[in-house]
Amino acid sequence: MCTYVTETLPVTGSAKGPTGWIRVTDASVYYDHPVHATADHTLNIDLRRPADGPAARVGVELTAESARSLAESILRVLDEAARA
Amino acid sequence: MDTSICAQTVYLTGPDGAEIEAYLARPQEQTARGGMVFIHHLPGYDRETKEFVRRAADAGYDAVCPNLYSRVGRDVAPDDAAAKVRADGGVRDEQVMGDVRAAVEHLRSLPTSNGKVAVIGHCSGGRQTFLAAATLPIDAAIVCYGGMIAGDGPPPQLPSMVPLVDRAGDVSCPVLGLFGNDDQFPTPAQVDEIDKALTDAGKVHEFHRYDGAGHAFFSPDRTAYRVEAALDGWERIWSFVGTHLKG
Repeated sequence: MCTYVTETLPVTGSAKGPTGWIRVTDASVYYDHPVHATADHTLNIDLRRPADGPAARVGVELTAESARSLAESILRVLDEAARA
Repeated sequence: MDTSICAQTVYLTGPDGAEIEAYLARPQEQTARGGMVFIHHLPGYDRETKEFVRRAADAGYDAVCPNLYSRVGRDVAPDDAAAKVRADGGVRDEQVMGDVRAAVEHLRSLPTSNGKVAVIGHCSGGRQTFLAAATLPIDAAIVCYGGMIAGDGPPPQLPSMVPLVDRAGDVSCPVLGLFGNDDQFPTPAQVDEIDKALTDAGKVHEFHRYDGAGHAFFSPDRTAYRVEAALDGWERIWSFVGTHLKG
């Protein structure tokens, strides 16, 4: 399948790509065919800085299972940090 | 028989005057022949699509794929261009049809052209191929698992992907459809709906559907690849264009 399901959102932070660090301003999250990962479909995240052009991007393609694990881990760490 | 081909980048002009990069592959023999326009999938103007273009040239056709994301800029990696286009909500159908029309006209302008041109596309390109069959003066159309031809409507983030099945009456050329029965975009029920719409409109078409195959079964570098479906599909394609692109 090809879901076309995409969400975009503003983000604040930095990501490191092949040319160095990028101050990212936007993210795309979608579940679709990967470019590189060996799975039929992956949860894909693009961390982007559109002001610097389309190559100012760090892309991630994760299997659905590992994406859920990562998301749960992110929320656990944030919750724990908030309690600290 | 000379089996050599030449593949190169050419530049077309889009309907808005934009420069459209395109990948052109041609047999080196100077015989008259038909042409094939490949519409790339949502992931962009990638190596896989260019391999399809060369395969068509190897089969004896002048073949071209316009980069529908050319407006993102020259020398942008296909995956970066696709990421930007996706984040921006996709490309408008009118713009895509303009770029495909430019590619059709380019093929017809070649000294080897017999005047006949087919359009073929996979995934989102399959949907756009259906639209090309309904809007452009072409001689054959090959829809490979085109999603969003039928269905409830586009996802909100890609509003350009409107359903097209109600345009079946406008189709002006024979249509070959190749689908996997495990696909969910389109589902087998949606393929039935497209098939019925073309039948009801009295349009020449043939659909082939493969068990054990889902979306992207033609893609050799993906886990979705299904060799039996892909090889049968290619044979169907060559038979179909052999009939409809004959000079």
